[in-house]
Amino acid sequence: MTDIAWIDKALSAARPQAVAALLRYFRDLDAAEEAFQEACLRALKNWPKNGPPRDPTAWLVFVGRNSGIDAIRKTSRQTELPPEDQISDLNDSEADMAERLDNADYRDDVLRLLFVCCHPELPSTQQIALALRIVSGLSVRQIARAFIVSEAAMEQRITRAKARIARADVPFEAPGPVERAERFAAVAAMVYLVFNEGYSATGDEMPARVQLCEEAIRLARLLLRLFPTEPEMMGLLALMLLQHARMPARFDADGQIVLLEEQDRSLWNRAMINEGLALVDKALRHRRPGPYQVQAAIAALHARAERAEDTDWQEIDVLYAVLETMQPSPVVTLNRSVARAKLHGPQAGLDMIEPLAERLDTYFSFHGVRGAYFMQLGRNREAREEFDRAIALANSAAEAAHIRIHLDRLAKESAPAELAAAAKK
Amino acid sequence: MLYAILCYNHEEITSAWTREDDDRCMAQLMAVQEPLKQQGKLGPVARLLPTSAATTLRKTKDEPLVIDGPFAETKEQLLGFYVVDVDSLDEALGIARDLADANLSPGSYEIRPIMTFMPNTTP
Repeated sequence: MTDIAWIDKALSAARPQAVAALLRYFRDLDAAEEAFQEACLRALKNWPKNGPPRDPTAWLVFVGRNSGIDAIRKTSRQTELPPEDQISDLNDSEADMAERLDNADYRDDVLRLLFVCCHPELPSTQQIALALRIVSGLSVRQIARAFIVSEAAMEQRITRAKARIARADVPFEAPGPVERAERFAAVAAMVYLVFNEGYSATGDEMPARVQLCEEAIRLARLLLRLFPTEPEMMGLLALMLLQHARMPARFDADGQIVLLEEQDRSLWNRAMINEGLALVDKALRHRRPGPYQVQAAIAALHARAERAEDTDWQEIDVLYAVLETMQPSPVVTLNRSVARAKLHGPQAGLDMIEPLAERLDTYFSFHGVRGAYFMQLGRNREAREEFDRAIALANSAAEAAHIRIHLDRLAKESAPAELAAAAKK
Repeated sequence: MLYAILCYNHEEITSAWTREDDDRCMAQLMAVQEPLKQQGKLGPVARLLPTSAATTLRKTKDEPLVIDGPFAETKEQLLGFYVVDVDSLDEALGIARDLADANLSPGSYEIRPIMTFMPNTTP
């Protein structure tokens, strides 16, 4: 079956590697994109007739490169290259070509292409938009919907980011081990940013933004195929899979947030969890721990617990302690406090986050968590203050609604007590 | 005569399928499997997780070597296999042809006789 739908999937699957290889030839993003577009047009014409090539990516790179060179030759009035019919299909020249374009070439190409998108001078939102446009091939319209901005605004954002990169020096030489490790870290961080853009979505924006989670997972899978022995990439992919597996249980029918503890675990995606768990096991064998692996290991402990009460909070506390030393951050400590509170009661959690009050004063979750500790301790007035503050800082209607449920409960619980107190006066 | 039918395909394409594509493909494959099951010709069937989740153990002179990733670096990845109980290679080829027709992607199927067969022991 070589229908147009299949060709479409094959073209988008080949895109990251093909554009990356074309960027190496043309050393210019626009030229690489144009050459890829041209190759896609020719594939749509050629593949239904001749059948799909065995290696669509190699075909697209070869045809794209020729059409790019062709365009240059045409302008200088030279002879055209032979039409792609003659280089198509399962003949020896293609096998040879596929050989030459093996993983070893692609891996640094793809890494370079992604690295170009995370240029340090670009703000993170532009990095993500650029990667989604150029590497993943999402349309400007899709990206605009995901970021809840107009298409025109997103078009402008991407154009500006491209112009910024065109002025910068793109590193085309093959990277040494140190450069490769640096690029790898920057690219991993960008991929996780893409994921979080999708993961933080709520309400009506969810369908458009959930796609970002899937795109990030796809990019991580691609990177792991190219760099199969990188434990942090295993960790990152595992982390995203384990988090994304909970997607069907994270919101109720009304779009309200369902906390991890209250989620219907039968809704979790078992295939994603199994893949994530296998990746965590693979990564840990390397004994080269890193922040993504530790976070994935924490997510794995949640995934392994059949019921919320089976959760190994002791081990989660230990892992957060490890993460605190690797990547000290008040948000990590805030998360750790939840494990502490589970193990030693709400006062222990509260004690742990008190020193963070100043740094996390404008952070929604800090006030939500602190309010919950106060509520569990029966300090309802303080709990209400924290929840009011959290609502003011909420990033979405769903977050605000979730906190309002706590406030309503407090109001119901405290109303009789307050009436009784008033009556005594 | 027992045959294994091994399914090869472009993993980067099949893993980019939407949920709808995937469901449609599975439904079409199930339609091929169902009559075989009725005739008692279908052994265990497995669909495998992406090759990025694979680990390979390679036998060496000394300790076995554990390697990240699938066994071989090829353009197409082994995504699953069928075990079918048929009378001839032709019959196995016929089933593979039906499966290829039912699949959304082209891909290849390797048909290989089985020397030892362990029946399915999972519940």
